[in-house]
Amino acid sequence: MKEFTYVVTDPIGIHARPAGLLVKEAKKYPDTVITLTKNGKEVNCLKLMGVMSLGVKTGESVLVKVSGADEDAVAAAFEEFFKINL
Amino acid sequence: MLVIQGKGVSAGVAVGPLYFYRRAAQEIIRRIVGDTDAEWKRFEEASAVAAHQLGILAEKAREEAGDEAALLFETHQMMAEDMDFVDAVQGLIRDAALNAEAAVMDVSEQFAEMFSSMDDEYMQARAADIRDVAGRIVGILTGVVSGGIDSDVPVILASDDLAPSETIQMDKSKILGFITAGGSGSSHTAILARTMGIPAIIGVGDALKDEFEGRKLYIDGETGEIVIQADQLTAERMLTKQAKQQETRRMLSNLKGLPNETKDGQSIQIYCNIGSVEDVDAVIANDGGGIGLFRSEFLYLQGNTYPTEEEQFEAYRTVASLMKGKRVIIRTLDIGADKQADYFGLAKEENPAMGLRAIRICLSRPEIFKTQLRALYRASAYGKVAILFPMITSEWEVRECKRACLAVQQELKTEGIPFDPDTELGIMIETPAAVMMSDVLAELVDFFSVGTNDLTQYMLACDRQCDRLGKFFDPHHPAVLRAIRTVAENAHKAGKWIGICGELAADPTLTEAFLAMGIDELSVTPGSVLPLRHAIRNMDDPKARKRALKDLLEG
Repeated sequence: MKEFTYVVTDPIGIHARPAGLLVKEAKKYPDTVITLTKNGKEVNCLKLMGVMSLGVKTGESVLVKVSGADEDAVAAAFEEFFKINL
Repeated sequence: MLVIQGKGVSAGVAVGPLYFYRRAAQEIIRRIVGDTDAEWKRFEEASAVAAHQLGILAEKAREEAGDEAALLFETHQMMAEDMDFVDAVQGLIRDAALNAEAAVMDVSEQFAEMFSSMDDEYMQARAADIRDVAGRIVGILTGVVSGGIDSDVPVILASDDLAPSETIQMDKSKILGFITAGGSGSSHTAILARTMGIPAIIGVGDALKDEFEGRKLYIDGETGEIVIQADQLTAERMLTKQAKQQETRRMLSNLKGLPNETKDGQSIQIYCNIGSVEDVDAVIANDGGGIGLFRSEFLYLQGNTYPTEEEQFEAYRTVASLMKGKRVIIRTLDIGADKQADYFGLAKEENPAMGLRAIRICLSRPEIFKTQLRALYRASAYGKVAILFPMITSEWEVRECKRACLAVQQELKTEGIPFDPDTELGIMIETPAAVMMSDVLAELVDFFSVGTNDLTQYMLACDRQCDRLGKFFDPHHPAVLRAIRTVAENAHKAGKWIGICGELAADPTLTEAFLAMGIDELSVTPGSVLPLRHAIRNMDDPKARKRALKDLLEG
């Protein structure tokens, strides 16, 4: 398993639209499980309601865990995704 | 006369008959189904139809209200297809043998409640989104079409709360204004109303009675006032305001694309101040001639560690390319002990306005400065970037900034990264020292930008944070205006240009004086561009402007 923490810089946090983008991105890797954890609550990135329910605000940090096929590459791709979109 | 006070969320006056929005009744019958497979199939089909409809709505929204509105419906589409949502519905259908309609409603209430209970106004407003999506699926399942406006004349539409899909689906030519019982200013209805320029008032509760339907209403989306059976005085007041607003809006909008030029032929650039990438939309919508001040602080204040070169580059490049070759002046880090991010670890200061701040931090911590300069130069390959250094007092500071710029250019060249070697360099004039040295400093830079807020504070020895100074803090003090004139003269003597950012730039009582000084550019909030352009285009007498300047300089 690979993991990294990321501090969200989008001014309104992981709101509906970026959450949707995140789910879309996660769907690209059906053989890899990607989860998001905030304050001990962990959700699967494939689930929009789950991601939105974390209510991640700007300046808060989240832990991203990647496990399964091509962990390294997928984790790197997600790190890049977070930087650009969140 | 009856006056109801709501919260105005989209400005403008509207007059017309009140109409209550009616939804087709959605009576949900709960029942236990025998064939759960068939019921699951019903849901799957209905949800596919809903997703398809939402895709079409997204396109409609894109045409009527732009990309932001379209994204809303794309998100709705994702909610309809979301795994959490679908799984929960499936559970109720398969395990509890519940009919699809009831299962969808139950699940949507569950999620709506989850959003409502979050401690974030934005997320709370999302409860309406999930209910909207669920309502659509249920409508498809039961074969009921959603409500509309059955009226031949345009109306002021009232409802308990409008779902975003309802707002966008309505025939806008029939709607003069919106009133809702509930709702929040950050609801999508409020946002859509603003984008479409329709007056809207929210939060009137149950003040609008059924028997008011069809009555003539006067509403003011700025003040939140709703008047029923208006007396003549009120009616006239509202109508005058409406006529004035329409006239002003039309007049200002007609000024887009025109130069900021007086009738006698003197022109000036009007640029905009922005504090984030998102602000660029407003600059373009208001026809700003460029960005006169892009405050880079937001990059430093939003996280809990230093922004990376990539993050900064991304922000600067986006703004530079959105402005399509128009000048984008980006100010380097301008923070101090009063406005800092904890990770900077700056020591507490007795008097932060005069402490280790802005360029003083950059010159004491070259690694922070270098990261920002690299990002700025890299962005310069994507538009017309200019770099602005704040809080300058001395010649050596400027020389050191320029050395740092040269070093960065050298590095990028070695690495084969593109940049514009002719990127303009300028300094903020906001200290009395910079004013006194402006003849010398003008030789070293391409332009000056006068920061009037700090200049006033330092010239008059009046702390901006101190609210007890009253008349002692006079931004029109002749000392400040004399300082600006001196700086303008010295810039022009050296063949350089000078702009003004800060609040005075948008002060209409000073525009004539600034033109008389020969100021080349004013940087203001986007909303001030067209009103200023209007004022300038109506000026016709250079002598009158000189007199205005003389009066101000003498105080």
